[in-house]
Amino acid sequence: MSTHSSRLAARMMVAPSVVLLLIWMIVPLAMTLYYSFRFYRLLSPDRTGWTGFTNYVWFFNSPDFWLALFNTLALVGGVLIITVVLGILIALLIDQPVKGQGFLRILVIAPFFVMPPVAASIWENLFMHPQNGLFAAVAQGFGAQPILFLEQYPMWSVIGIVSWEWLPFATLILLTALQSLSSEQIEAAEMDGASAFARFRYIVLPHMTRAITVVILIQTIFLLGIFGEIFTTTQGGPGSASTTLPYMIFKQAIAAKDIGRAAAGGIIAVILANIVAYFLMRGLGRNLDN
Amino acid sequence: MTKTLRALMGATALVALSGVAMAETTITVATVNNGDMVRMQGLMDDFNAKHPDIKVEWVTLEENVLRQNVTTDIATGGGQYDVITIGTYEVPIWGKQGWLESLNDLPADYDVDDLLPAIRGGLTVDGNLYASPFYGESSMVMYRTDLMEAAGMAMPEAPTWADIEKAAAAMTNKDAGIYGVCLRGKAGWGENMAFLTAMSNSFGARWFDENWVPQFDSPEWKATLDFYLGLMNNYGPPGASNNGFNENLTLFNQGKCGMWIDATVAASFVTGKDSTVADKVGFALAPDNGLGKRGNWLWAWSLAVPASSDAKDAAKTFINWATNKDYLALVASKEGWANVPPGTRTSLYSNEEYAKVPFAKMTIDSINSADPTAPSVQPVPYVGVQFVAIPEFAGVATTVGEIFSAALAGSKSADQALSEAQAFVADEMKAAGYN
Amino acid sequence: MARALSPRRKLITTLAAWSVALIIFFPVLWMILTSFKTEASAVAMPPQFLSASWTLENYADVWARSDYPRFFLNSVVIAVGSTLLGLVIAIPSAWAMAFVPGRKTKDLLMWMLSTKMMPAVAVMIPLYLIFQRLGLIDTKLGLVLVLMLMNLPIIIWMLYTYFKEIPGEILEAARMDGAGLWNEIVYVLTPMALPGIASTMLLNIILAWNEAFWTIVLTTTKAAPLSAFIASFSAPQGLFYAKLSAASAMAILPILILGWFSQKQLVRGLTFGAVK
Repeated sequence: MSTHSSRLAARMMVAPSVVLLLIWMIVPLAMTLYYSFRFYRLLSPDRTGWTGFTNYVWFFNSPDFWLALFNTLALVGGVLIITVVLGILIALLIDQPVKGQGFLRILVIAPFFVMPPVAASIWENLFMHPQNGLFAAVAQGFGAQPILFLEQYPMWSVIGIVSWEWLPFATLILLTALQSLSSEQIEAAEMDGASAFARFRYIVLPHMTRAITVVILIQTIFLLGIFGEIFTTTQGGPGSASTTLPYMIFKQAIAAKDIGRAAAGGIIAVILANIVAYFLMRGLGRNLDN
Repeated sequence: MTKTLRALMGATALVALSGVAMAETTITVATVNNGDMVRMQGLMDDFNAKHPDIKVEWVTLEENVLRQNVTTDIATGGGQYDVITIGTYEVPIWGKQGWLESLNDLPADYDVDDLLPAIRGGLTVDGNLYASPFYGESSMVMYRTDLMEAAGMAMPEAPTWADIEKAAAAMTNKDAGIYGVCLRGKAGWGENMAFLTAMSNSFGARWFDENWVPQFDSPEWKATLDFYLGLMNNYGPPGASNNGFNENLTLFNQGKCGMWIDATVAASFVTGKDSTVADKVGFALAPDNGLGKRGNWLWAWSLAVPASSDAKDAAKTFINWATNKDYLALVASKEGWANVPPGTRTSLYSNEEYAKVPFAKMTIDSINSADPTAPSVQPVPYVGVQFVAIPEFAGVATTVGEIFSAALAGSKSADQALSEAQAFVADEMKAAGYN
Repeated sequence: MARALSPRRKLITTLAAWSVALIIFFPVLWMILTSFKTEASAVAMPPQFLSASWTLENYADVWARSDYPRFFLNSVVIAVGSTLLGLVIAIPSAWAMAFVPGRKTKDLLMWMLSTKMMPAVAVMIPLYLIFQRLGLIDTKLGLVLVLMLMNLPIIIWMLYTYFKEIPGEILEAARMDGAGLWNEIVYVLTPMALPGIASTMLLNIILAWNEAFWTIVLTTTKAAPLSAFIASFSAPQGLFYAKLSAASAMAILPILILGWFSQKQLVRGLTFGAVK
């Protein structure tokens, strides 16, 4: 159905978004690349100039860098595993015809509507606080010492909070996939005596592969850039225990006002994101083809 | 959805329209969201009545966000703000850069000579006053008189660190959820580093020697950090490495701290309506070690006019209103003397009414005992008590704060923390071209 | 795949589903409850449920302290504006990619998504400087543009996957009837894709509403939305849990309510082509 003229028309229709996104990508990227080779600190405007790879070297030599890299991947990986696994289970559960299904679903997707800084502050102050938090109260109720979440398990705490925020998204997409599964197929398998696990393993899970791929792809893009939740709760600490690459960049940009270093960090983050994307596409790209 | 939405939008548009008054100049005032600043917004009727030709738009933000936005704007010459709220750390640096408008030409009724000398000195660069103090603060010991009494102890008016340790040991009752001492542990140059830097002064330590060589490898810093960690590990609340000013204030107000060494402005909160221990709080000077310096700091949230503002005259009119003696009287008449922004003017402390406020004397004594030009007993190349007034400090001290916070959390030893801090600061100073 | 269950199993699944839902929702519920407590009651240990002293004072305080309607209105304009503008640009693109696919369509989609990979903090100053030059700081237009560009790849991708599900025969039938390209989009395609467009719109309004970096960095007073409203309440002199909760509730309730009313639409529409 694609004649020459319709191809041309199609190009014209794609053009605006491509041009806009190209500008949106290239202009900041070029400026960031430029600044990454410059000495540029907001508070020392008199000292400017080219510094070669100094800003990059600073990142690679920083004692926090490799930990931050690891934490970034741990955050992405941890949240993906939690949201996908729990998402599948919850989707299976709320797909059942139970009483008040509509309201139930509303409750499940509610965290998605909570602004990230609000979510982080709810968890930090109302739940994880060692003196006033609900978790501390529960621990004391059992006669135990409150767990110092943000001090002793900072990375796990951050992963937990971010997972809570993204669980509804994963659940929703997995649920839609589940709803498109024909019940005849399941019933047939059931009659054949397939166990519940076998039905899940050989019918439900393959059907959801595509949905899982989409969840992983979209969440990875969002998760790679997360730093707000870390800023609100642990400030990357104690020490640098919960510092991720975006948070390291944030510190250079906001606390040190060192735009050159922040830019170098940004370029490193883009490279990291592309590496992650490359492996994702190699591993999962097949699942997206129709 | 659309119907409700449209109804809502219509309603809010009406509200917005009715708020618009006839005005000639609009100024944008950026403030930090603390109680004194919020109170000022409630007193704007007075300003509007006196200056109907000036309309004030507020930007109220949490301290970190405010600092980030204001710094970005002023360093790039943005001109979004006409009045900004900044501290004693920023003023000397920004003033030197030519980013701020000199306030030397404020009218005579501003009475610049009435400003407290220590505060005024911190806001003046080369004879130009670059910001007008809205409130000033030092730090002091706040303690529970009932717990001290129960322990059969009395807090000296000018305690030593040894006194503090003894009192902390006596008041701690972990089973009852009472911790002898609450100190800042949250990482940040304005959080744990403000406290630790001020504390280190009383141990004879300093950030840099005269050649800008960092001094974290000195025995004085080791003594400071060891004492701090010992105090907090034995008598502090669990999870203290996440406690900043706000967290400690909440704990103290809940009756969970025996002592709290922090900003003098906290005095009005711990004796205020949100406190469960309001009538059981005593005050003492920040501790010392008999070396001639106390562990208290000096800070003033101040109003300044960016050089990029396009309404400088209106901005100055506003600053004169907000930091004038008349403003103090206005607050006193509406909200009582205890709620007057403290620590900026000599006349306030010679006022007999104000002298009745329980923490008035301790506040002024604390402020007067801090000297930003000679913070340590040893010579230093910098100005600032709990900070070093160089552009690099905020970034460097944030990382050092993280390292010390990790030491408090127990994931680093004191020696490890100090040698990491030393290496990091030395590298950064070299990169910044100091040596 | 919903099927009839035995009464016993039905009871168990009902209980399980409700427990899980309540656990997930609990933090939001707890925040809302806290917002109605007095400050002393909010931090009381052990936590107070029924014995708490309830009050509306926090809401009154928050309302009196700042111009909530203005923040709210800005949030609405920015979220809805960026989404509508995004749709206008994305619909033709997604249509073309779905019905006149080239060999590079998949790569193009992936490239679009990859534009979201630059960490916001790293481009903060560059973008700030550009906005300053263009006079877009503290304007709703500026934020509409930024959020539109941020979410455009998601919008295009979602729409693309919906459009792909529309059978090509219908279009060909329309074409035989002599419908032009424009008519094809307006009269054939759009009505069929309406559920998809609606859920795309919803998701993007939510994403834009919750954005809390650029909306704070690029605004001062005139265009500041609810994220800035929250930033003016966090941690002022002591952790006022109850007031912070009240402010938070006021910031998220509008979008929560919108989400609740459109829950069916969201559940139905959020496929991202996840369903074959």
